[in-house]
Amino acid sequence: MTVAVSILPEQQLAVLNAAYRQAVARRRWRLLFGAVVFAAALLLAAVGAEVNLRTLFTHFGNFVSYFDRILALDNGQRVWTDAGEWLWGWRKWLKMLGETLLISYVGTLIGATFAFCLNFFAAENTSPAPWLRFVVRRLLEFARTVPGIVFALIFVIAFGLGPMAGVLAIAIHSTGALGKQFSEIVENADMKPVEGVRSTGASWLSCMRFAILPQVTAGYASYALLRFEINVREASVMGFVGAGGIGQELVVAIRKFYYSDVSAILLTIIVTVFIIDISTGWLRGRLFGKETRT
Amino acid sequence: MTGPQEIDTAALRARYPDVFDRPASARLAMPAMIVAAFAILVYGLVDLDFSPSRLFAGLSQLGWISLMMIPPDPGSSLPIYLKALGETLSIALLGTTLAAVFALPVSLLAARNIVPSNILRFPVRRFLDSIRGVDTLIWALVWINVVGLGPFAGVLAIAVSDFGAFGKLFSEAIEGADQKQVEGIRASGGSALHEIRFGLLPQVLPVIAGQVLYFIESNTRSATIIGIVGAGGIGLQLAEQIRVLEWQKVSFLILMILVAVAAIDFVSGKLRFAIIGRRAVA
Repeated sequence: MTVAVSILPEQQLAVLNAAYRQAVARRRWRLLFGAVVFAAALLLAAVGAEVNLRTLFTHFGNFVSYFDRILALDNGQRVWTDAGEWLWGWRKWLKMLGETLLISYVGTLIGATFAFCLNFFAAENTSPAPWLRFVVRRLLEFARTVPGIVFALIFVIAFGLGPMAGVLAIAIHSTGALGKQFSEIVENADMKPVEGVRSTGASWLSCMRFAILPQVTAGYASYALLRFEINVREASVMGFVGAGGIGQELVVAIRKFYYSDVSAILLTIIVTVFIIDISTGWLRGRLFGKETRT
Repeated sequence: MTGPQEIDTAALRARYPDVFDRPASARLAMPAMIVAAFAILVYGLVDLDFSPSRLFAGLSQLGWISLMMIPPDPGSSLPIYLKALGETLSIALLGTTLAAVFALPVSLLAARNIVPSNILRFPVRRFLDSIRGVDTLIWALVWINVVGLGPFAGVLAIAVSDFGAFGKLFSEAIEGADQKQVEGIRASGGSALHEIRFGLLPQVLPVIAGQVLYFIESNTRSATIIGIVGAGGIGLQLAEQIRVLEWQKVSFLILMILVAVAAIDFVSGKLRFAIIGRRAVA
């Protein structure tokens, strides 16, 4: 096979090569510098986090054998050989799972309601006054940044043990997250309908109701469904601090080494999360067409 | 000036039947959904033991707690808290990096344009999904059983749970990459590995770097909570101080978390900007 590559004259080539090498060298130096800084940060972090590779290697067998143990029944058989024995507590677990779903549902709905009421004040284009926008934004930021489980810890003390604390914690966290996303949708909305409505002498409230709301409802519902999905996961661990749901059962099983129960509860959680993911995905597709599905 | 025009409703009705006479199913769908949503809400409130008296008692308790929180005061344990905060940041950085390193090869296996075979791809994807279905806190509990209490368990917990998320995100980034450059490498005689290295990675790396930075940010938040189950970091201090009702210290710790998260937010925003460029961020 003949190869035909046109080769430039030597002097021309040298200049081009030099320019190329210089450009690449500068990039390489920058990359190297970044890599060194990153490696230093990692090393520092490894010291800070008490990373001990020897512990990892000596105990890594534990990690594998842990899964081996949670997949074995008390009599040494594999769990799937006797599903009845493995899932012996399914009535109780299903009830707790139902509670988990209810916690996330009620929490999401309350959070979405608050976010709905607040987001018009937080959006740049609809907020009636700058100071109001500032206050609402900081409020939402606070609700979003403090992790839900920290709220749950505090609420368990204020409201007592039980799912109520979990619901309120999830509601507050959802308010913060949804409030931000909702206000972003509003900021992207077309302002011409607002001008149209305002020119008829309508109040601020009517402007929001008749000009903005019709544009943004679909986006709101889509984000709220997504948040519900996330909250199901969040609610599954609320039980760790005594705020209701399946987490309570799980943490007891893990701490007391009821191995086969751990895998059974994990399985129910994973299956539930799958089902919720798929069904909300389907619902979003049905409600808002293909465009939002990307 | 003429008054408002008389509108011939009947003619309009005849002309736009689908606006005026929508089928009953379409008209009833929205109210039915709202009623159903509300019914589930009420059932949930009853089932989860909500009662106005409990709510008000709790709120007054909460107000009292908030009053006790002012002013935030670390007492004499500021050095311990700073060390714990450093631990939290270390956990976030190390965990995210580990996850990204391990997720990159696996994500290649889960991408449609690299592994066309459905039979191979499907189990990889389901595997990543099930890892993602389990919350970080649960992974932390599992790792505590393996390597003992302490921040190292936290690092591993974050690494594992992010591994699932990264695998999915990276494979989506790879699937979104332009095939033309890969074909170019193949046309010039490159092997499959060359195609990945020179055709795919230059397109995908900036996207991946952006995602990793974003996750370091969000993991700073996750790292604060895994301490609650004993996996090190500032969450451990926070949970302890809440349990012994030292509210001034609690509020100080929460403030510290807020400031740290805001700082990381700022830095990683700048870095992402530098890596991906203005175009992709906007």
